[in-house]
Amino acid sequence: MTAATHSGASLDPTRKAFYHGLLRQMVQLRRFEERAGEAYAQGRIGGFCHLYIGQEAVATGAISALRDDDYLFASYREHAHALVRGTPARAVMAELFGKATGCSGGKGGSMHLFDAPRHFLGGHAIVGSHIPIAAGAGFAIKSRGTDQVAVCFFGEAAVNIGAFHETLNMAALWELPAIFICENNRYGMGTALERAAAVYDIAHRACSYDMASETADGMDVLAMYEVTARAVERARERKLPTLIEARTYRYMGHSMADPIHGHYRTKEELEEQKARDPIEHLTGLLREGELLTDAERDALRQSVEEEIADAVQFADESPDPEPGALYTDVYAD
Amino acid sequence: MATITYRDALNQALREEMQRDDTVFLMGEEVGVYQGAYKVSRGLLEEFGPSRVVDTPIAELSFAGIGVGAAMVGLRPVIEFMTWNFALLAIDQVVNSAAKMLYMSGGQTPMPVVFRGPGGAALQLGAQHSQALEAWFAHVPGLKVVAPATPYDAKGLLKSAIRDNNPVVFLEGEMLYNTKGEVPEEEYAIPLGSAEVKRAGTDVTLVCHSKTVAVALRAADRLADEHGIAAEVVDLRTIRPLDVDTLVTSVRKTNRCVVIEEGWYFCGVGAQVVDELQREAFDHLDAPILRVTQADVPMPYNKLLERAAKPSPEQVLEAVRRVAYLER
Amino acid sequence: MATKVFMEALSPTMEEGRIASWVKQEGESVAQGDVLAEVETDKAIMELQARGEGILRKILVPAGGTTEVGGLVAVIAAADEDIAGLVAGQQAPPAGAAARPAAAPAAPATAAPRPPPAAGAREPSGRVKASPLARRLASEKGLDLRGLDGSGPGGRIIKRDVLAAPTAAAALQGKAGEWEDVIPTQLRKTIARRLVQSLGPVPHFFLTTEIDMERALDARETLNAIGDGKISVNDIVIKVVAMALRQHRECNAWWQDDHIRYFDDVHIAMAVAIEDGLITPVIRAAHAKSLRTIAAESRALAERARARKLQPEEYTGGTFSLSNLGMLGIDEFTAVINPPEAGILAVGAVTEKPVVVDGAVTVRRRMRVTMSCDHRVIDGAMGARFLQTVRRMLEQPLAIVW
Repeated sequence: MTAATHSGASLDPTRKAFYHGLLRQMVQLRRFEERAGEAYAQGRIGGFCHLYIGQEAVATGAISALRDDDYLFASYREHAHALVRGTPARAVMAELFGKATGCSGGKGGSMHLFDAPRHFLGGHAIVGSHIPIAAGAGFAIKSRGTDQVAVCFFGEAAVNIGAFHETLNMAALWELPAIFICENNRYGMGTALERAAAVYDIAHRACSYDMASETADGMDVLAMYEVTARAVERARERKLPTLIEARTYRYMGHSMADPIHGHYRTKEELEEQKARDPIEHLTGLLREGELLTDAERDALRQSVEEEIADAVQFADESPDPEPGALYTDVYAD
Repeated sequence: MATITYRDALNQALREEMQRDDTVFLMGEEVGVYQGAYKVSRGLLEEFGPSRVVDTPIAELSFAGIGVGAAMVGLRPVIEFMTWNFALLAIDQVVNSAAKMLYMSGGQTPMPVVFRGPGGAALQLGAQHSQALEAWFAHVPGLKVVAPATPYDAKGLLKSAIRDNNPVVFLEGEMLYNTKGEVPEEEYAIPLGSAEVKRAGTDVTLVCHSKTVAVALRAADRLADEHGIAAEVVDLRTIRPLDVDTLVTSVRKTNRCVVIEEGWYFCGVGAQVVDELQREAFDHLDAPILRVTQADVPMPYNKLLERAAKPSPEQVLEAVRRVAYLER
Repeated sequence: MATKVFMEALSPTMEEGRIASWVKQEGESVAQGDVLAEVETDKAIMELQARGEGILRKILVPAGGTTEVGGLVAVIAAADEDIAGLVAGQQAPPAGAAARPAAAPAAPATAAPRPPPAAGAREPSGRVKASPLARRLASEKGLDLRGLDGSGPGGRIIKRDVLAAPTAAAALQGKAGEWEDVIPTQLRKTIARRLVQSLGPVPHFFLTTEIDMERALDARETLNAIGDGKISVNDIVIKVVAMALRQHRECNAWWQDDHIRYFDDVHIAMAVAIEDGLITPVIRAAHAKSLRTIAAESRALAERARARKLQPEEYTGGTFSLSNLGMLGIDEFTAVINPPEAGILAVGAVTEKPVVVDGAVTVRRRMRVTMSCDHRVIDGAMGARFLQTVRRMLEQPLAIVW
């Protein structure tokens, strides 16, 4: 693993606002997901709902290393990616509630969040189907000669599908400005990676395509930031793709409809992993470096609490799509 | 007006659209250096260079997905499948991604991509290389499905497909590439969703598309010669959206209809045509609508068996004799 | 198996029927063919027969109630059979009230019911198999599909069957005699078109003549003195008109839009006043019948008409009509043609009049008749020559036997 090992003492005091931003972002994601889980349990969110709790450092660290005009593609566990990119919590929560004010007009749902103006191009719910799509954005960037980067987030189970290999091959072959971030939360639904992959050091997969790769501590937001920044430089400056394996862990079940633990993992393992909690980790570093006071922490939590409560209320009070919306957006003019 | 092949008509459409709009690019297996497996892309690499005429590895699913992604951020990809049989590997991208991205996103992501290539049976290529899959794609809202029969239609429809802001499945006829027809020198495009009466008649409507247009026209000749029956041949040209008005107008006139297609019987394009007609022309029908399709089997290799499996003018004649009550 | 009893089309023009009375009552057992009810159609009182057997379980339209043709009026079923589903949603119309607004005036020609045609065309349920197009065309032509033979698969009635079908009355007529269809000349078509534009659907014109009835009346007295059964003036007129028409086939015809049908046989329709209307029973092949037969037939038909017992075949298929208001003291009137016939003769009363005979004024019994002609078929001179024949025959009644 090439992750940086940070200590409180190694933090740069001049970047306090940046650290606070990362912390607040992760807290926002956590609180958002907790409230989404609550709303799901109350029947206010339907369908599948895949929560990100435990993995906050990955989206927060990685997307913070990007420019706003870089393209983002994510899987169906993507509430966090939209939120970090800047889609208002109101619009994301409203989409989960299926409301007209949702970021996809209520027609996408939890798994299909879109915010095209912010270059967030979806929530894709066929495992790995967005890996080539992200490469297509990279192809377009190269074709147009701009210096954006296309970034794709997917789970570790997606590395076994054909499109992952086909795409990595073409991305390397054609030298596309693309970053493939594998969020290895260790379980594809209930199947541990070790039970599904012959080679489970995922970063090694890139060797087949002579592509740069790094493994990052996905529970460490600063590590994620730094690894991604290096990949961005590689893509933006040298038009080369990178595969990043972010080792992380999800605290919740595969979806709200799945058990948190049981046959496939133990409660003990879960508790052990929670000891690596990304929010606690960054909080600890900041406290250690004396860059976060109790008052600051409380104020941060309070502002998140208010933001998410507002988002839930907004989603709750928003109208359903007009009946006529059923037949719009099937075809473009 | 020049007489050119269907292949060259497609080539002209690609070339002209790539000249007109530099966001258009062609991607697929053997489209560049090899000049196209069926030579549809002949000369394009030389004219437009490798960034716009892109040879891919054999990876249908992912280069289809690359087309989807490129379309989402502003390019107009033309993705060539060497044949539509191989596109089944990519159907996830066509159906799960291209067809519904606009809808899932609440209208945020137009999808101006064309998936094209030859479909239908050629000669003795066996079961895996001899499929007409129009119905598979026409089933899906969000896709447009086009299947031209003549060089004129092929050029005019491909141009419209490339300019369309929706994903278009463009099925060419493998056996049509060498057929010739008149194509004007001047610029033209044919709107998607418009059928054409290829031959006017009063006694029975023959609905067809792609290769079966020739089957229907041959049958119409024989019907006129042998039975004095004036068949009207309606070429759908676009399967989805279906030009129901033209169909209904014809059947209201003829009162009888036979639908011909290369695909299989079950849930085929003809089934949809029949549904539209029974609803919109019920009181004008003098007989049940009959269908002529490929035999409901995987395509056999043996020449005689293959011939028996394909829709033929004889089968069309037989069907017309039944709907016209010439046989009791 | 329960049998639904429907209001049946018991006359060619019937669109709805009124249950005059129920012959069977609820709970009575019923055999196939039993008369269930008497139904008053637009023309007559007819019998509604059982088409299944069992118990008459439910009467849905009480006596006096009216329902459209095809409407469910009763259910026959086994005693223990559940008929709730069959009866559900059916509400009995109140007695004497129409179940729906009065029907539009009946079409001039619709098919008479006939026995079920070609095998398969009619399914056991009574449903007729016909293509959607055939149904529409039949409806436009006023044809009852049950009267047609289907030439399609399984006896399906298809477009060509409807196009080939004669109008109903013609179908009946075909059984009685011969005819010849003649396509009108362009001139004739033009005349037809222009006259219709000028005068309405049937372009009438009228010819009147006065006939000396002395000899005819003398003959009638003689015959009545020797025979059993009375002969009326009208019977003589029927016979004479029929014989005259045999000589003037051009007046014994139907206008059929695209052709004119000229009949060899003469079927005289005679207008009979009934309680609240008019019906025209037909004396078939009147030209070939004796005066005595005509007299007996006309009397019987008139009685049956007034009792509203006429069967459809008894009042359709005429080729020429007579209307006689003489007995009501009318000297002269004009009658309206009964399409598709081309002529009708309006017969006035026989009255004594001073006339000049051989240069001297004398009193004679005279009768004025007015013929209404369909100008699409009959021109003035044609009609006049026919009328001349009628007059000569009545004035020289021996011609009847000549």
